[in-house]
Amino acid sequence: MPFGITPELIAQITIIGVVFFALQISAAVLVYMERKVAAFVQQRYGPYLVGPRGALQPLADILKLIMKEELRPKSADTLLFYAAPVLSATAAFAAFAVVPFGADTTFFGLLDRPVHLAAADVNVGLLVIFAITSMGVYGIVLAGWASNSKYSLLGGLRSSAQMISYEISYGLSFAAVIMLAGSLSLREIVDHQAGYWFGFIPQWYLFLQPVGFFIFLTAGIAETNRAPFDFPEAEQELVAGYHTEYSSMSFALFFLAEYVNMVTVSAVATDLFLGGWHGPFPLPAGFEWIWFFVKLFLLLFFYIWMRWTLPRYRYDQLMEFGWKWLLPLAVINLLVTAAVVVYGGF
Amino acid sequence: MDAIFFWLLAAGTVLASVGVIFQRNPMHSVVLLIVSFCALSGLYVLLGAPFVAAIQIIIYAGAIMVLFLFVVMLLNVPTEDPVHGYHARLLGGAGPRRFGAVLSLLLAVQLFLVLRTLQMTPLPTDAQQPPSTVHDIGLRLFRDYAFAFEATSVLILVAMVGAIILARREPR
Repeated sequence: MPFGITPELIAQITIIGVVFFALQISAAVLVYMERKVAAFVQQRYGPYLVGPRGALQPLADILKLIMKEELRPKSADTLLFYAAPVLSATAAFAAFAVVPFGADTTFFGLLDRPVHLAAADVNVGLLVIFAITSMGVYGIVLAGWASNSKYSLLGGLRSSAQMISYEISYGLSFAAVIMLAGSLSLREIVDHQAGYWFGFIPQWYLFLQPVGFFIFLTAGIAETNRAPFDFPEAEQELVAGYHTEYSSMSFALFFLAEYVNMVTVSAVATDLFLGGWHGPFPLPAGFEWIWFFVKLFLLLFFYIWMRWTLPRYRYDQLMEFGWKWLLPLAVINLLVTAAVVVYGGF
Repeated sequence: MDAIFFWLLAAGTVLASVGVIFQRNPMHSVVLLIVSFCALSGLYVLLGAPFVAAIQIIIYAGAIMVLFLFVVMLLNVPTEDPVHGYHARLLGGAGPRRFGAVLSLLLAVQLFLVLRTLQMTPLPTDAQQPPSTVHDIGLRLFRDYAFAFEATSVLILVAMVGAIILARREPR
């Protein structure tokens, strides 16, 4: 074919496009799911008028947001005010780029050579995810500062403090898994979890790293600013926190970023601890990704479940928990794992 | 392809760094510094060192700049006060400014001399690539340069303890 266009290249571009649109759609699906689960927890119906069982409600929401006027406070910093939501959403989408979601596939013999089921295959994938997540905080902080409003500023400050505090435990729980797998590539980490103990227990790192999984989930919730750690936008105290002054599509971008971040954290948890596309029993070749999405869905449901079950902590409790409990726990977990890897010959 | 990316990233790094200095608003300076770090990290990727690139973003753009941003936000400095008669009499100005001007002049002269005699060497081929995988960097750090590495760690630890002691409130 001309210009070096190979079938593999076309497949790769298709995968990138599919990942991008799937992430956008996932936000809409999650909004619907969140409202339905919330309604179930609170014994109400939730959305039920638009479409069958209210399934088209997210589309109606998006239409409404597009129609709204784009407001900007007079004393806001124009450039940073508009750049912040874009930054937030970009970081959220970019992080998913290195997450693999299925075994190498030829699309049922369509291609000569198998391609990776991931937007990009990077051999330091975990570090890239960590780097991009740490950039996500700027969207929130800059939004808080650029709005030039008390509530926004407080929300921005809180979120930066919170994200710095929990990023350390987050990173340390990564490190334990990296030591077990001996690789920074998500694909290799997933492949290390193939196989079964005693023929039926899948060799997931969840069973080797239960503490690590707990730390990862807790820190992940704090990183994505979800309840019970949603201080940057605590309604009772801060109106809406960092996005108080935002309206229309800029607000929608923050919303999109939050849900895409949730998907990314859950996807990384699936790859790191739940064996990625290796399930309790093997699926036929070419269908392994189904396991990945089943686990992803369950984790996302867990996220939403947590939000509507647990009350918000107090801010000092959050900081105390992060620094005095979670961080020492993560350090001990790392040291024990290191000792087992070195002396136990894992 | 690589050349296009190089010039884009190089221009980004230089322009952002220049912007950091010329911005009157400290918040914009911080943001431009982050942009400069990210572009620099892109240059590392082009040089075949993805690990260094990721670490550059995590540590400089991610951790250190968040602290900068935090401090600027807490102090809430709207703009730096422009010094009166800023552009006039750089070399004849008051003490520190004259010192700074002489120092930058020296640096410029030195750079000129060094760059004039510099011989351009082609990029190393794959066989003689500097260590860029995590494995190689780890071995270098903990075997070849173990002492320097550990000494730096102790130094940072001492600095941390010192900062905590300085910031601690006196017990009443």
